[in-house]
Formats: sequence, C-alpha cells, structure tokens
Amino acid sequence: MIRGTVLELDRVTKCYAGSPPVVALGSVTLRVCRGEMLAVVGPSGSGKSTLLAIAGTLERASSGDVRVAGAAVGHLGDRELAGIRAHAIGFVFQQFFLVPTLTALDNVATGLLYRGIDETGRRRAARAALDAVGLGRRTAHRPGALSGGECQRVAIARALVGEPAVILADEPTGNVDSRQGAEIVELLRELNRLGSTIVVVTHNEGLARGLPRTVRMRDGIVEHDSGATG
Amino acid sequence: MIATDTPSIGAELGGDSLRLTRRSHLGARDVFRLATLGLRGRPARAVLSAAGIALGVATVVGVLGISTSSRAQLISEIDALGTNLLTVSPSPSISGGTPTLPARAPAMVRRIGPVQSASALGAVGGGVAIYRTDRIPAVNTDAVSVYAAQPTLLSTLQGHVARGRFLNAATANLPAVVLGASAASALGIDRADGAVEVWLGGRWFDVVGVLDPLQLAPELDRSAFVGFHAAEHLLGASGRVVEIFVRTAPASVGAVQSVLAATADPAAPQDVSVTDPTDALVARADASAAFESLFLAVGGVAVLVGGIGIANVMVISVLERRGEIGLRRALGATRAHIGLQFVAESALMGGVGGVTGGLLGGLASSLYSAARAWHAVVPASAFGAAVAAAVVVGAVAGLHPALKASRMAPAEALRTV
Repeated sequence: MIRGTVLELDRVTKCYAGSPPVVALGSVTLRVCRGEMLAVVGPSGSGKSTLLAIAGTLERASSGDVRVAGAAVGHLGDRELAGIRAHAIGFVFQQFFLVPTLTALDNVATGLLYRGIDETGRRRAARAALDAVGLGRRTAHRPGALSGGECQRVAIARALVGEPAVILADEPTGNVDSRQGAEIVELLRELNRLGSTIVVVTHNEGLARGLPRTVRMRDGIVEHDSGATG
Repeated sequence: MIATDTPSIGAELGGDSLRLTRRSHLGARDVFRLATLGLRGRPARAVLSAAGIALGVATVVGVLGISTSSRAQLISEIDALGTNLLTVSPSPSISGGTPTLPARAPAMVRRIGPVQSASALGAVGGGVAIYRTDRIPAVNTDAVSVYAAQPTLLSTLQGHVARGRFLNAATANLPAVVLGASAASALGIDRADGAVEVWLGGRWFDVVGVLDPLQLAPELDRSAFVGFHAAEHLLGASGRVVEIFVRTAPASVGAVQSVLAATADPAAPQDVSVTDPTDALVARADASAAFESLFLAVGGVAVLVGGIGIANVMVISVLERRGEIGLRRALGATRAHIGLQFVAESALMGGVGGVTGGLLGGLASSLYSAARAWHAVVPASAFGAAVAAAVVVGAVAGLHPALKASRMAPAEALRTV
C-alpha cells in the first residue's frame, strides 16, 4: 500500500451485460494520494465516468480491487458502501443536483444528512463550508436565486462539508459559462491547496492542462498518466 | 512513499480511523423532514393526491359524527321525558282472539306503592272508525285507530295538546274526541274550538283537542281518543283494556317492572308483557344507524381509491426524482433510507389527507347538528381511527414506489437525468 493513498484501483474492469457485452473499463490501475489533484480526461465513451462511479462506490467493478480510504470495497454490502460514501467521499456533479426548495445553507447541510449529525451541527458545518467557497453571504438564497456558477459552488460546499478523503467532481464546469468555469477551477485548486484531495473528470482539455496531474483515458484504459507513481 | 501503516489514512479523515467503520445513519426526525420536503416541493400535486383520502375520511367522520349527535340528542330527549315509564300490555294470545287485560288491572297497578300514575287505554270495537264527515265512504278510514282513554293518559305520557284540551271527567262522558297529531292532519283538522265535528261510530263527536306528537308513544299519534264512558255507552265498546301506561318513582323502575305482570293479571301473569318504551326508542335509533354502514362503506372505498391515487403519484414522483435519488445515494443514503423516505412521504400525504378530512367531517357534522339545534358530538375515536387508517393507506400506497426507488442503481439514476 502506498503511504497516504486515499483511492486505489488495481486492475479494475467493468463489463456491462448485453449482446454483445460492453467493456467500459479494461484493466485500469490508478492511485490517488492524499492532497493530490488530478484530471481524468478523455473523449465520450472513454470510460472516465464509469471510472468515477466505481471509484465513488456507486457501481461495482466486474473484477479488480478498489480501496477507498484504506477500505477494500469489493465485498462490502449496501450499508457499508453507503457508510463509505457518507464519510469518505464527496461528489460534485455537472447538474449540481441541488434541492430547489432548500436554501443554500440547507443544501450544503444535506451533505452531512446521512452521517448521524444533528441539524444544528450540520448547519454549523454548512456555514463554514459556504464561507470556504465564498458564498458566506448567500446562505439564505434558494438555488433559483443563484447563478449557475454559484449553484456549483454550493454543490462543491456540499461535497466539502464532511471533509471527505476525496472529492470526485464529474464535469464540474460543464453547466456553467467559461468565466464561471474558470472560477470553479480556481476554487477547486484553492481547496486542494488547503488540503483537499480532488479528482476532476472532464473532457475539457484546457481545464486538465491547468492541473498538476492528468490521467488520459481512451477505450476503457489509461492511455497516459502524467503522475503515475508506479 | 511505500509504507504499510494505515493510521495515516485515519489521520486523513480527521485522526479517527474508526470513522470508516461508521455506517450511514438517518434519524427519525430527519425522515420526517425529508417527507415534508418532498411534499413541499410539489404542493399542488400533494394537495390533489391527498384530496381523495380527505374526502373519504370526511365522509366517515361526518356520518359517524351526525349519527352520534343524533343518537345523543334522542337519548337526552328521552331522558328529559323521564325514563320511569313502563307499559303493560297483553301478550298476543295463542287462540287468536284479541288479547286483553282484566278490567281491574289499572286499579290494581295503581295500588303498587312506587307507582305515581297509571293510565289505561281501552279497545273500541273493530268496526268503529272515524271520518271527517258522514258523506265519506266507510272504507276510507285514513287508518286512524280509535281508543278509549283515561283523562290521565296525557300527563302519564308527558304529552302536550297543540290545541284545545285533553279529555277530562266531563268530556269523558260526552261525544267528544281528542285527535293525535297524525290523525288530525290525516283528517284535515287544525282547530279544536268545539266547532268541528267528526263522524265517529255512526254519530257526531266534537273535536275538543289536538295533541302534539307523543315522544314516548309515537304509535299513538295516528289515533283518536274518547272517554271510557263514552266508548261504552255511545259506541258500544266493552271497555277492554289493551294497554296500561305506568309512571313509577324513578328509583323503583326495576322493582315495579318485576311485579307488574303478576299485579295486572294475577291469574295468568305469563300472558302479560311489560316493556320500557325508552328501550324500544333507543333500539329504533340504533336500527336506523344501519343506514350508516352504506355511507361508511362509500367513505372506505373513497379512502382506498385515494390510496391508489397516492400510489400513482408516487410512482411518477420516483421516476421524476431519479436525480435526487442518485444524489442521496451518493451522499451516503442506503437503499433502506431511500425506501423509508418515499414511504414516509406517502404516509404523510395520507396523514395530511386524513387530518384534513377528519376536520372537514367534524365541521360538517357540527354544522348539521347546529342547524338542527343538536349538541354536536364528534367521536374522538372515529377521528383517530380514520386518521390512522389514512396514514396506513398512504404508507401501503407508497410501498411499491419506495421499493422501486430503493432498487434504483445510483450511477444509472445520476446518468439518466
């Protein structure tokens, strides 16, 4: 095991049943260390979203080993996997997935809902997380009153609020304009500087170039990894 | 960088490696919050879905409320009239003849200590009928019965005259008649000032009184009463006693009831039946409640149909909220948490419908009671049971959609949005 490894995929494959079966991932090995920030890039259908889903324990690998924050997840049941997601993984999605009837503060607090923390504690942490993404003054606004960029900041705060071992961001700039996209990337870099481990999945080459490590995928395998640690 | 120590990972998570073994957790209060959140997200839909159950529960609570109020009202009216009235009548005879009580029975009954008053009703021959005029064909009797009555009958029954007066010692000997409320309206008579005559048993009788409906003896409302003396001398009646109404001291009703038969007919007490007319009235009120069951069934069907409506809406809701389901799974919800959220939402919808319906039903029965000047009674048990049933129906309606939601693969749910 690599010291400080928070995410480890070892010869992971993913095959979807059908005729013919679709091989989404063919033997992917990837290690992400604590404090790292990397981009997983590749064209549509290259398997990067499947990689993210397996790394986030939302899907099971067909074969190979997946370890998240030190725990091998291959044989864990639904409750254990949910526990790992609640405690060790933060997700950021292209579509934000904010609850429209909740304020920014309560949307962020939802990030701690399944951890068994009481509401007061959740809100306190949510306020700090909104401060960290620069939305400390917009806690009472509902998503409808926020710009796309601001919505994505709220979603990032929601991923951040539980101080997860790793944040997995799926096309975080895909639904915002380029200026707001640049701000989002800058925010993620800032959070990384403060210690967060962040994996960004994107097909945006420009975004990927700005990050310290790039994992390039094609046809379900890693074509190139600029920061491979062997 | 190669090492085998895992504590660094624990440190990564805030210095507590045990946190990894912690499971996903969702408190009961948070389940309720999620349920209200789901309903608030689509308020119009929630209201419409709950409306079916609300209607059903309103019907059930309203019907039960109205019938309970009406029964309570009847019982309080009966209580106001006194529950110390007993009737003595001959049992139907085996031989088929008209059963009668001995002529001395009223006097004997009056001698029982706690008896306050006893009033006899006598038969007038079968062929005697009452007509508005002598021109009316004999067959048009209007189904009004003619009885001989003692002057104390009205006070024993705690009845009232609407017009004129009841028979007294003087008019009991004269061709004078008092009409029950229904009998008067059947004959078309609404005055009793001595100027109206009716054709009774082949001669003219003065109408000296018209009664209000008799609460304790409604079977006598379609009757005409003449004095015993007049019945015997003017109508040729035998003076046979067919019924005795007995008022006793309130504390001695049971004691009097037990000796009445033997007192009325010492030779054949088994041929005498003693009844408490208030029992019959309450029993009749209960029997009319049988009609309620139809309304209750309709209400129950409405609640079930409302449940099916909720199930429908929840199925659609689960499909629409795939993104939310995927997100919650990503945030750490277990399958059970997702299922619980949707069942709770559905049960809450049922509960909201149930409470709304219960309040509407209670309001309806209160208004109905107020319009009739009754004291409104809405049985709390009916309200509680109806609301509980609505919650259960809602929860059951949500089971299938909740199962669908909980089985949704999270990655797929997130992708298909």
